[in-house]
Amino acid sequence: MLHYLPIQLSTYAPDIDGVITYIYVVCGAWFVAALGVLLGFVWHSRHRPGVRAKWLPGDDKRGTAIILVPVGAVLFCDFLIEQRATPVWEKVKIDIPGEGFDVKITARQFAWVFTYPGADGALGTADDITANELHVPRQTPIRFSLEAADVLHAFYVPELRLKQDAVPGRAIEGWFDAIGDGTFEIGCAEICGKGHTNMRAVMVVASREEVDAWLAQQ
Amino acid sequence: MSAHHEESFWSKYVFSTDHKVIAKQYMITGLFMALAGGAAAGAIRAQLAAVEPGGTGGLLDPQFYNSVVTLHGTIMVFWVAMPVLVAGFGNLLIPLMVGAEDMAFPRLNMASYWVFFASTVVLLLSMLVPGGGAAGGWTSYPPLSADPAYSGVNWGITLWILAVALEFIAFLMGGVNFITTAINMRAPGMSMWDLPIFVWEELAASVVFMLSVGPLIAGALMLLADHQFGTHFFDPKMGGDPVLFQHLFWFFGHPEVYVILFPAFGIAAEIITSHSRKTLYGYRMVVWSIIATSLLSFIVWAHHQFVAGIDPRLATPFSITTILISVPVAVSMFSFIATLYGGSIRFTSAMLFAIGFFACFLLGGVTGIINGAAAADIYIHDSYYVVAHFHYTLYPLVFMAGSAGIYHWYPKMFGRHLDERLGKVHFWGTMVFFNLVFLPQFNLGMMGHHRRIAVPTEFDFLSTPTALLMQDISSWAMAGLLLVQVPFIYNFFASMARGEKAAANPWRATTLEWACPSPPPHGNFAEPPVCFRGPYVYSPPDRQADFVPQDQPPEGDYQLPQNPIVAPSAAK
Amino acid sequence: MVDSSTIQVYRTSTGLPTGRVAMWWFLASEVAIFGGLIMSFIMCRVAHPEWSEYAEYTVNAAGAFNTIVLLTSSLSAVLAHAAAARREYARAANLLWATVGGGLVFLCVKAYEYSHEIHEGFTPVTNLFWGFYFFMTGLHGLHVIIGMSALAYVATKVRHGKLVEGVEYAGMYWHLVDIIWIFLFPLLYLAS
Repeated sequence: MLHYLPIQLSTYAPDIDGVITYIYVVCGAWFVAALGVLLGFVWHSRHRPGVRAKWLPGDDKRGTAIILVPVGAVLFCDFLIEQRATPVWEKVKIDIPGEGFDVKITARQFAWVFTYPGADGALGTADDITANELHVPRQTPIRFSLEAADVLHAFYVPELRLKQDAVPGRAIEGWFDAIGDGTFEIGCAEICGKGHTNMRAVMVVASREEVDAWLAQQ
Repeated sequence: MSAHHEESFWSKYVFSTDHKVIAKQYMITGLFMALAGGAAAGAIRAQLAAVEPGGTGGLLDPQFYNSVVTLHGTIMVFWVAMPVLVAGFGNLLIPLMVGAEDMAFPRLNMASYWVFFASTVVLLLSMLVPGGGAAGGWTSYPPLSADPAYSGVNWGITLWILAVALEFIAFLMGGVNFITTAINMRAPGMSMWDLPIFVWEELAASVVFMLSVGPLIAGALMLLADHQFGTHFFDPKMGGDPVLFQHLFWFFGHPEVYVILFPAFGIAAEIITSHSRKTLYGYRMVVWSIIATSLLSFIVWAHHQFVAGIDPRLATPFSITTILISVPVAVSMFSFIATLYGGSIRFTSAMLFAIGFFACFLLGGVTGIINGAAAADIYIHDSYYVVAHFHYTLYPLVFMAGSAGIYHWYPKMFGRHLDERLGKVHFWGTMVFFNLVFLPQFNLGMMGHHRRIAVPTEFDFLSTPTALLMQDISSWAMAGLLLVQVPFIYNFFASMARGEKAAANPWRATTLEWACPSPPPHGNFAEPPVCFRGPYVYSPPDRQADFVPQDQPPEGDYQLPQNPIVAPSAAK
Repeated sequence: MVDSSTIQVYRTSTGLPTGRVAMWWFLASEVAIFGGLIMSFIMCRVAHPEWSEYAEYTVNAAGAFNTIVLLTSSLSAVLAHAAAARREYARAANLLWATVGGGLVFLCVKAYEYSHEIHEGFTPVTNLFWGFYFFMTGLHGLHVIIGMSALAYVATKVRHGKLVEGVEYAGMYWHLVDIIWIFLFPLLYLAS
């Protein structure tokens, strides 16, 4: 099932995939074990003439332990999963790099608008460049400020493993760092109306020079 | 016994205060709405099968697709799961299982059904008004849902909100009845620890519902005010906050899934004991796990909002509570699995569905963990992975445990048995086709397929041969899943007239609903039963009997238990 | 012989009257409704310090007067319950009507406040503070009307010695209406 994951385009994609894989292994093992025990018991305990069901109320110490020991193991696995997952969340959503390539992403019904700082290097000034494609340099922290013009949307690039809701009235910060070149699809992952299915844009990862050249043409 | 009064057709079958009639009304309305919700599911899968690479093809206009998706989710949660599992089985069984002649407030009970019926009509009307039905998903987040300029929908949303509000009121009315009856109308000698697990589960479901729905009632009214009267609760341009609605929604929305889960677990508990002639394993532990799950269910809600724009530091505590809720649920599941050990299992349709429910719910449960770990959720939020997860929990809860309950209690409700051969066809068909519909959707989720997309082939990454294959398997299997319900529907109605006649206690079960005729008369019991023991004395070790019913007096001398009587005054 | 209208009084597994158990749970669900609304208001209020200015335009004197009116009417409801317990049904009915009267005074003062505020240009759509103000006090007012109706109904029955337990239950509902107002008053009027 895990081989359906797209390529790992961002620096944190392996971390996220690592969490997914870890949980798959742990929970997959539990699922197989529990299902096996369930079906095994069912098969073992099918009705046979002359054989009476056992009396096992499970209300003594031993009976309780038979349940609580596996449940304790579940709790321990929960703890392991949390240990594995928490640092990755912090890396992706909390520890935003101090500097990098800045871009403002605006979601609206039903298109994506990308605003780049112009020659002055600052966003929010008169020389900003707007375009409907996202071009970013490879192997550079891309810091984005995500806004929504009307309703909720969500900026989503599967290969980056990145998803973030865009909320009108807020500018939400995030980041990613794409390690390789290519053209990738951007989708909207929060239902936003009739055109939600059409809200597609394109992200191009290239060298810094190619990105600057493209920006100069906009 | 009840007073004799003249019953007309209307007072006996339509405006009846008898909990058993009300149960059937809820159940049949819920099953009818399941057809509507199933048709919506069929339309969704038909659309997804018909799209062609390049974003062409397809059968439905995207706005209509969104409204079908919305209606499917809304119907299945509020108009199928709740009326069948909570109100249908709850109304039927709570009075019977505690040995009462009816609910505590029969007229309030009747009123609750008719409010629910009104909500059903309003919901169906919402699809027919100009502008179409609500199309923002069953979650209906503002600003999309608050402003017709954004959604293109006006009266559809107003009626949708009113329908949901009416449904909430109906279930608040019902909840008061369920809680009061379970607490205060038990037979003499029946302590809380003698209650069948089903009653405990319904009690927990009612308590959780009543304590969690309030904020969403407030939120729904605020959404209605924004939509219809121009207030700004969720409008950021005027200082409101769209994310506030999400909190109000999910503060209820998450406990709601446990409201649905509890009765289903209760049904399974009753079946696995009686159909395997074995006592429940760890009864008190199961009760404690129900209470723990209820409490924890109130503090996990923001796992639906990890990437919604909440403060990212909130993600870790909610991730922890979410993963922790697996613990009490595991206690229940492991206790049920342990109950199956050493039994003498008869593979009746009811038992088959109970086992199938456990197997499929296990997969639903473990895939919940990956959703609950915030880091993983960054990728799978709002993807088909979530859709597959919640279908692997909700479908087994409603349609497998619910079917199990119908096969088990149909004889009590209608005095006849359902046909077992058709039941086996229904079971195996459901198991095969259900898994074929939803297993591919885990893969689609891993591929990155995002939700509520009418034309996935707009995107290259969703037009690969593998993606299209997954879609096709899922869609063709959906046709099979819908078709295999036909023998069940036929069975349900045909057996009312032609099913094998049922005795009072055809499953040789111990709980009190089997201590009266099938179907029970108005007033249920010829004499009010007295409870002498716990609910699952099957194959006891100390005597020959196969089972000992709760109301069977002990051998030798005994003291007759009494209930306190309260004088009808304001004395206390 | 037990008919459906009196089941709830005669049979009880816990020794508590069924109606009282039912009313406690119903009130709990009402607390959840207003609790959600009040929490939402508090969260928004914390995020919007400028609301302290808007709150200046609520009529504090009217709000304070209404608080006293509701507290007094809760007192008469308690006295009604005591009278009913002593089987002084006429007195209980009169005290219940006094409670209804208190509710009526409350609503009249509220109507004056609303018309004053609307006249000043503050409506539910003016801004978010006023949206909350009208919504919360409006929902509360609706509950006042429901409470008054229940109390009036019980009063007419109790005068003839019927539905005596209703004095307690309608009184419980009225106390909740009162408690909700005790929260709304400082939040909407005084937090300025």
